[in-house]
Amino acid sequence: MSILEKYPQEVNKILAKYPPEQKRSAVMPLLYLAQRQEGYTTRAAMQEIADLLEITTTDVASIIGFYTLFHDEKEGKYRMQVCTDLPCALRGADQFLQELCKNLRVDLGQTTEDGLVTIEEVKCLAGCDKAPMFQIQGEHGIEYHENMTVDKTLELIAALRKSGVEVK
Amino acid sequence: MAHILLRHRDIPNIHKLDVYQKNSGFEAFMQAVTKMKPEAVTELVKASGLRGRGGAGFPTGVKWSFMDYKNWPHYVVANADESEPGTFKDRELMEKNPFQFLEGVAISAYAVGANVAYVYLRGEFWQVASFLDARIADMEKAGLLGEKLFGTDYTLKLYTHLGAGAYICGEETALLESMEGKRGQPRLRPPFPPSYGLYGKPTVVNNVETFTNVPMILSKGADWYKSLGTADSAGVKLFSLSGCVNKPGNYELPFGTTFRQLIYEHGGGIVNNRPVKAIMAAGASSSIIKVDDKTLDTPMDYASVRTLGADLGSASVIVIDDSVSIEWVISKTVEFFKHESCGKCTPCREGNYWMMHLLGRMKAGEDVEANTELLLSVAKQMQNKCLCALGEFATMAVVSGIERFPADFKASNTGGSHG
Repeated sequence: MSILEKYPQEVNKILAKYPPEQKRSAVMPLLYLAQRQEGYTTRAAMQEIADLLEITTTDVASIIGFYTLFHDEKEGKYRMQVCTDLPCALRGADQFLQELCKNLRVDLGQTTEDGLVTIEEVKCLAGCDKAPMFQIQGEHGIEYHENMTVDKTLELIAALRKSGVEVK
Repeated sequence: MAHILLRHRDIPNIHKLDVYQKNSGFEAFMQAVTKMKPEAVTELVKASGLRGRGGAGFPTGVKWSFMDYKNWPHYVVANADESEPGTFKDRELMEKNPFQFLEGVAISAYAVGANVAYVYLRGEFWQVASFLDARIADMEKAGLLGEKLFGTDYTLKLYTHLGAGAYICGEETALLESMEGKRGQPRLRPPFPPSYGLYGKPTVVNNVETFTNVPMILSKGADWYKSLGTADSAGVKLFSLSGCVNKPGNYELPFGTTFRQLIYEHGGGIVNNRPVKAIMAAGASSSIIKVDDKTLDTPMDYASVRTLGADLGSASVIVIDDSVSIEWVISKTVEFFKHESCGKCTPCREGNYWMMHLLGRMKAGEDVEANTELLLSVAKQMQNKCLCALGEFATMAVVSGIERFPADFKASNTGGSHG
């Protein structure tokens, strides 16, 4: 099903934000819609966005390539993105990430065996005073989790596994 | 003293429209639209001495007065891309005191004749954006946005726009490119946004904290605002305190507060009572300040921090204790900038790659002295040659770190990590 068929109201609401002759501005909001369900943008969706906005698929692909929150490959259902920048690292973020990976038996960038969670390292998320912290990118958008411990995180993953749907 | 920006800490539920309005909310905007000429608003902001809070410290009213009145339409864009490691103040303002920020955006739009304003948020602020969307809907319902506001001819629409994870989009021209649906790569400046901004039209871009100051300046006056802070830096500032302190967080303090007061009186001192070794006052883009008693007693305002060979920037104060190796600190900042370099200009793209590579060699213990020297040389060759500030920022910690903390770059001391 196309993005327009699936989310007609959202698409129109997005397009209404920008002057009609500047609809290219809608490329990023439309990409968020496109990757909502599967966590990445398919070739067909890229083509559809390009047609909608009267730009080329190369233009769309270049946006996906440039911005870290857009993906063109399927990974885990949820991406757990841990900040390890300087302020977080000063509060133990590097050790937190290492231990988390060890507990989940994955290397950085890999996905848990059941395809549920991909563990990634990201740059500053503006949560420096509440490290260790990470965001979860999933079908319901992006959610922050702050002042975390490995135990709390493993509980969270267990809850995700159980619910299968909700990011909470 | 009652807060001016972090008012949610004094007034519960100020994120609700009725509570905000009960506390004089939107009176300044209505006053401006119904009783003041747009130029008079700009003049008042100019007279208050308010300077941009995103890092550059450019006088806000002066920026607004640069708008090209021969080219229409005009736009206002709030820079909510907050991505500097160590900065987390704009997020708190938007989450906890959203209407004061949005009122500031609205007043600015009226002052420069814009009928559409956008809030560009970093993509990670997905939850903040949906929260702001709901607040904007509240304002529309209450007749605070829309057509013919307060019975005048003035129309204003406000929208949020989400980025998708790119530090460079905090640079205002990269932000505008990104808003136009392109890769976030900076434009050559000049022309500056007030003459060539969003869609090539005159545009004011200001930081979230800057806008949040504006409603109070209008209601209480320029003289009141100037009476806070120092001669060179008027008003209050949000200091994001992070690193090796007991109570990291945001602190709203007048400019001129000393590092010692921030760290010890407000931040609860250093974890395990260790001595402070270094401070980065402007997040990862800072020169690293070597700390002694004199440094700690330096007032935090734009001019005084400059005397320490550093900048106050967005006042993201990262505190580093004596257990931390400066070589490790710069490996963290270089890793950040290498990842975030947009790739447009060669000195930044290649320079960051090489700095990272050399730090890797040093970490592996390969000819540390020679590689340190080479690292310093690469950083210095990048300086003044990059297209935008990001490339320059990347060199700050490297050059100051090597020059001010030479012992941390001796073979026996490298390759360490934190703690």
